[in-house]
Amino acid sequence: MARSVTPRRKALNTAAAWSVGLLIFFPILWTILTSFKTEAQAIADPPLFLGFDWTLENYATVMERSNYGRFLWNSIVIAGGSTLLGILIAVPAAWSMAFVPSKRTKDILLWMLSTKMLPAVGVLYPIYLLSIQFGVLDSKIALVVILMLINLPIIVWMLYTYFKEIPGEILEAARMDGASLKEEVLYVLTPMAIPGIASTILLNVILAWNEAFWTLNLTAAKAAPLTAFIASYSSPEGLFYAKLSAASTMAIAPILILGWFSQKQLVSGLTFGAVK
Amino acid sequence: MSLKHKLFAATALSLITGSAALAETITIATVNNGDMIRMQGYTDDFTAETGIDVEWVTLEENVLRQRVTTDISTKGGAFDIMTIGMYETPIWGANGWLVPLDDLSAEYEADDILPAMRAGLSHDGTLYAAPFYGESSMIMYRTDLMEKAGLEMPAEPTWQVIREAAAKMTDRENDINGICLRGKAGWGEGGAFITVTANSFGARWFDEEWNAQFDQPEWKEALEFYVGMMEESGPAGYATNGFNENLSLFQQGKCGMWIDATVAASFVTNPNDSTVADSVGFALAPNSEGVEKRANWLWAWALAIPAGTQKEEAAKAFIEWATSKEYIELVAAKEGWANVPPGARTSLYENDNYKSVPFAKMTLDSINAADPQNPTVKPVPYVGVQFVAIPEFAGIATEVSQEFSAAYAGQQSIDEALEKAQALTNEAMEAAGYR
Amino acid sequence: MATQHSRSAARFMMAPAVVLLLGWMLVPLTMTLYFSFKKYLPLRGGDLGWVGFDNYVRFVTSSAFWPSVMTTLIIVGGVLLITVVFGVLLAILLNQPMWGQGIVRILVIAPFFVMPTVSALVWKNMFMDPNYGLLAYLWEFFGAQPVEWLSQASLTSIIMIVSWQWLPFATLILLTAIQSLDSEQLEAAEMDSAPAFKRFIYIVLPHLSRAVTVVILIQTIFLLSIFAEIFVTTGGAFGTRTLTYLIFQRVLESQNVGLGSAGGVYAIILANIVAIFLMRIVGKNLDA
Repeated sequence: MARSVTPRRKALNTAAAWSVGLLIFFPILWTILTSFKTEAQAIADPPLFLGFDWTLENYATVMERSNYGRFLWNSIVIAGGSTLLGILIAVPAAWSMAFVPSKRTKDILLWMLSTKMLPAVGVLYPIYLLSIQFGVLDSKIALVVILMLINLPIIVWMLYTYFKEIPGEILEAARMDGASLKEEVLYVLTPMAIPGIASTILLNVILAWNEAFWTLNLTAAKAAPLTAFIASYSSPEGLFYAKLSAASTMAIAPILILGWFSQKQLVSGLTFGAVK
Repeated sequence: MSLKHKLFAATALSLITGSAALAETITIATVNNGDMIRMQGYTDDFTAETGIDVEWVTLEENVLRQRVTTDISTKGGAFDIMTIGMYETPIWGANGWLVPLDDLSAEYEADDILPAMRAGLSHDGTLYAAPFYGESSMIMYRTDLMEKAGLEMPAEPTWQVIREAAAKMTDRENDINGICLRGKAGWGEGGAFITVTANSFGARWFDEEWNAQFDQPEWKEALEFYVGMMEESGPAGYATNGFNENLSLFQQGKCGMWIDATVAASFVTNPNDSTVADSVGFALAPNSEGVEKRANWLWAWALAIPAGTQKEEAAKAFIEWATSKEYIELVAAKEGWANVPPGARTSLYENDNYKSVPFAKMTLDSINAADPQNPTVKPVPYVGVQFVAIPEFAGIATEVSQEFSAAYAGQQSIDEALEKAQALTNEAMEAAGYR
Repeated sequence: MATQHSRSAARFMMAPAVVLLLGWMLVPLTMTLYFSFKKYLPLRGGDLGWVGFDNYVRFVTSSAFWPSVMTTLIIVGGVLLITVVFGVLLAILLNQPMWGQGIVRILVIAPFFVMPTVSALVWKNMFMDPNYGLLAYLWEFFGAQPVEWLSQASLTSIIMIVSWQWLPFATLILLTAIQSLDSEQLEAAEMDSAPAFKRFIYIVLPHLSRAVTVVILIQTIFLLSIFAEIFVTTGGAFGTRTLTYLIFQRVLESQNVGLGSAGGVYAIILANIVAIFLMRIVGKNLDA
């Protein structure tokens, strides 16, 4: 696929792509820069780009005021737990849809996706009342289950598209060799599907990490994840841009770093496996 | 082991078991305002005194309201103490959702709570929430800019005087706006401000039969005055400015005057945050010439205990600590008298140390100028100055203030905004069964 | 390939996911339906009895209803348009040979990692604020009057914020699709000295149709229910009240659960109309 181009053309491409890339990334970069300024520098006129006294005071303030470690841990458990639970339930479903399709398979898939369109606010009271009934208000379990349910359609759909790309002949051959259904799934299918599953996991961790309605409304102190952490730094009295930036950076950094290190899987994950 | 050591060990042990028996954790939902964040910083003092641990859920005001309202109306029990205001307290108290605070200890001196605050946080004479701090509204102005404009602030200014002064102080070249006022949508933001402004023009929300009054000339006069003045002398984008936006504008020296919560006085006079700390003057909120009501609102952030909590005693202990005289003294000792939570206790305003704080007297006078029982010139069927203490009000007023903000931003005319406000208010009042 | 045995096994394996989602859909849906026929006012004592279709009539005849549907459609449509158009352009650009492609790709996908609340807060305060926002400085720098983004150009601003969040997604899907385009085909066209524009119209675009379908389908699902971006920036003022937001106002701000639930039922109906529309019109593309 390597097309030969003149160095001039390549330089032009590079310049254009980098400009656009930096432009898109700029709001994040600006947030990170602002987090190292004092509150006064954060609103300085003209804006300060690099020529300011870098300070860690915002991070110190945030660490002193909030138990960041607990918010972070809750986010990790909720995002990780809901994703893993979702995968466990989705793998068999996606497998059967991909390899034993029936006339209704596509309808079921689209129906599953359509459940995602339920407006969350409309069911806040019912879900809140249910959580009280089950005694799971402000617990990580409740959020793990709810976020799993919210993202399950996406997980099933992604896995389905990945599984469909696995040639049926291989399974056929395994079955000829007398492999049981369990063996088939465990030893033939799973290894081939690992990259797809990895992408799915990554994407869903991101979606769960960023979910901000249920995680805010069903938690108090014990189970609150980073979305609640942010809500305590948005628009307080007085200047707050620098502290908000520090808190924002702390909330998005873990997922940004995760994305950075697993870029390749993520890129195919972001395509929802739907495009070859 | 010597006897001494043994004794020591025994005492230590009993201390540990003693405190273990008491070791309870209460969860408190609060707003991320400066005074509350300061209170969080002193939590350790409370824990050391009582052995009760505190978990804080600190949220931005809008999220907090949504969060605590859901929890209390479903009896969710996620919190042992909620930070609520003067609007919620009587309504929730009437529903039996709050633990009455009528048995606080004698040392607490509940009678010391300012009568205005006490009245606003009670239902049928029973106190349901203890004020952490209270506020009214007043004028904060730049003495240096006033002088430059060759003016003097009267002790009891009228809107007309304010408008003229604002125009004279405005200096667009140097980014100085004569006046900064709230325009942000939301019943507690611009909604509260325009309501007290309308009161001071003789308007009211409802007549005695609960008919919306936006079709009356007083509302139109108030809105036209407000928009006219803001266009002459207000900052760009005032339709999205709330308390916080105006606070930072004032602190950065971009406002000549600012009419807002009395608690802001300590922020604008604090040299750490404010570039204009030493040139701020205070005056009573204005009225329109000939109208006997001033634009004074009345509000308190207060601590309340949801009925049904298992930790009522611990919660009460915390409330007694956080709203006590001793807490005020603690903050005064560590951060100075100007930074103590204001507007809650009579004794604070009798304290000689506090009397020397420049805004103390004006705060008290402003609080006393507000009358929730008679908020407007004409008779009304409701209680509350910048709000109407009925459950439907928050929703209605938020939508009304959104229509107003759209008019401030020039998206619709004042007449259109008033017409829509009239329709939607009557619609909602009908839905709620008032009309 | 499908034997009777594997069919029943398949059903068995699908069961957990289907049952769970059915439950997730039915339980809240039933409760929403139940509340929607009640006068349910938590602040006035809760359940005040059955009211038939009152809530439905009231919700749909309220002056706020149709504008909110329009706003929803404008936001969804606007974001789809921007992300698809710019996504295609960006994908083509990123597909060109260049230095540091991997890093550029990271820069471009980064907004997708940012929580909606955070991105709304950052845009609102640090970019769109008419006094301290960077955009205001930029406008002033060029001698222009700063725009009061969130009041005077409220819908545009919200579409901008949401598009920023979703552009990475669209770009990546489209980029992957372009990369799978048969380069021989393109080279042949290049040999025929077909102009670049024609190559784009006749070869690249048709190839991208499936990817565009995926972008539209997935984004619509997420965009119909955007909430945080509006809650943080305008609170529904200045004509940015979507149907989701209107329901939020009814349920939480007005504390009228019955009315809000009726709104929820309308939102479900709207979502399904959009879904059916999507499935019929573009769903075919998904087979392949």
